[in-house]
Amino acid sequence: MSERETSVLESGTTGKARKVGNLKPALQLGVDHDLCPGCGEPLALRCLLESIEELGCSQRAIGIVGIGCYTALTPLMDVDLVQALHGRAPSVATGVKRMRPDGLIFALQGDGDMVSEGLQEVIHTAARGEAVTCVLLNNGVFGETGGHMTATTVLGQRTKNSLEGRDAAYHGHPILIGDLLAQLDGTAYAARASVHDAAGVARTKRVVRRALETQLEGRGFSFVEILTMCPTGWFLPTAQGPDYLSKVLGNVHVVGELKRDGRYTPTAELRARAGA
Amino acid sequence: MTRRLMEGSEAIAEAAIAAGCRFFAGYPMTPFTELLESFAKKLPLVGGVCINAESELESVGMAWGALATGARAATGSTGQGLALMQESLSEITRAELPLVVFNMARGQGDYFQATRGGGHGDYRHLVLAPIDVAEATRLTQLAFDLADRWRNPVLIYGDYLLAHTAEAVEIETLRFDPLPPKDWAVDGSLGGTGRSRNVNPIGMLKGHKGIDPEPFWKRLQAKHDEMARREARFEAEQVEDAELVVVAFGTLARFARTVVRELRREGRRVGLFRPITLWPFPSDALRQAVASARRVAVLEMNAGQMIDDVRLAVLGSRPVVAIGGISSDSAGFGIGPLLDSENVRERVESALAGREVSA
Repeated sequence: MSERETSVLESGTTGKARKVGNLKPALQLGVDHDLCPGCGEPLALRCLLESIEELGCSQRAIGIVGIGCYTALTPLMDVDLVQALHGRAPSVATGVKRMRPDGLIFALQGDGDMVSEGLQEVIHTAARGEAVTCVLLNNGVFGETGGHMTATTVLGQRTKNSLEGRDAAYHGHPILIGDLLAQLDGTAYAARASVHDAAGVARTKRVVRRALETQLEGRGFSFVEILTMCPTGWFLPTAQGPDYLSKVLGNVHVVGELKRDGRYTPTAELRARAGA
Repeated sequence: MTRRLMEGSEAIAEAAIAAGCRFFAGYPMTPFTELLESFAKKLPLVGGVCINAESELESVGMAWGALATGARAATGSTGQGLALMQESLSEITRAELPLVVFNMARGQGDYFQATRGGGHGDYRHLVLAPIDVAEATRLTQLAFDLADRWRNPVLIYGDYLLAHTAEAVEIETLRFDPLPPKDWAVDGSLGGTGRSRNVNPIGMLKGHKGIDPEPFWKRLQAKHDEMARREARFEAEQVEDAELVVVAFGTLARFARTVVRELRREGRRVGLFRPITLWPFPSDALRQAVASARRVAVLEMNAGQMIDDVRLAVLGSRPVVAIGGISSDSAGFGIGPLLDSENVRERVESALAGREVSA
């Protein structure tokens, strides 16, 4: 990979470029991937890898990866990985954790994987208080198949199998998975964040780190939902992705901490606070 | 070590633990339940873990994770529960993880499921079918060795009788040849070195974009071909001069053996051929075992499944007749009239006389 790809150049008043730092996370093997322009998943991955490194856990992290677009990122992740079947990452993570209790174990799944196909896996893993961190990359569509409805697709959202927009009477309602998990006694930490802008990325990293710390402190199950852009699956111009994410998906799946220090804050309350 | 009276389930769990199994996950279902109970009782005593999973989908997923760390791990159910696990069973084979899976089946109707599998794509499992509790304790230990040696799942096909019959057994710890180190297993230690691992079922390599399925699948095929050549196991009894060779596996072979020995004592020329591995099916050995036979009779408790493999082995050289059939109690647990040596004797005698046997 070239310096150009991995460095940020700062333009001073002189107009001369100056290298200010190599921003590729140390646990990332390269920068070349096959995901679409405007995809939010590489940003989410970056938050995760940087957090693992900053916590000093590079040599004890084991990731369990589901099946979705983000699976194409696994060759870039310089941590030990286990590739799971669609929907099954939480149970695989359970087996890994029980045999490697000192490991920092995280599962990475999309909304189709975690909330549609494998919903009961994540719920039971949380209920058991399994000391693993489940990370959900939520873009409200099956991105890899080309933009189909998932269990988190919001009402009105157009997908290839809800062409006129998701209709509650016909397609049912989206699941707010964070709320389901946050209410379980085994869940020690649950948060929702979004990578639609720089502040969102910074918040995402903060909650990912808290979730991983929760695990390291042995306090139980931790969960982070990261809202990610999918302009391809939303049939939008790339540049409109961040806005659609924050205004449409983000209006239903509202960002904030759903469970912290034993206290559950429902999404409805987060929404009321955001509106106030 | 002394002989102890133990139910099959308990003896199998002890044998698995003697073989180094330290993780088990399962979901209760008759007649598998007692195997899960035994692991739940015994594994914590040796620092192992047994999880009562939320479904068979999770059981096999948890075992998958434990295996990926290099631990010896197992799961199981009945054929019904294994039906739920099929997607994972085929993918675990492609991930080359050494799973041992127990089918405490309701009868013998899961022969096709065990030997062909219901999962997607090309894959094979070694399948061991113990005749009694004592053999089950040996084959269980062998299963863990074979699974590690081939990095491939091994299925143990048991049934209600094997699981629930108490027999006096001594669990001797078997010794096997040394195995290569599990350098593929994840422990997290290689993170950030550029050499971190990815245990996956699609031939994905770190640092390489995309996958190349064809050479990966062909390598697995070559491995399975080699397993087929090297791992066939069987037992043949009094087949050298037999006019009729009876082929039977598992519990039913025990009934067939009693009848064959009884008829031999009466001077009748019958023999028994018992596949110990259902896959690979011991075809070459069976072909040799029927050299003097005029007829081959297949005794199995189902609508006719193993008979396909017997016919493929014999290749039309002599008639192959079914003398088994569907046979069950009202619960469907596979305890039926076929588990009655007088009934089996009648059927073997009919086959010997060249008469039709109605199922």
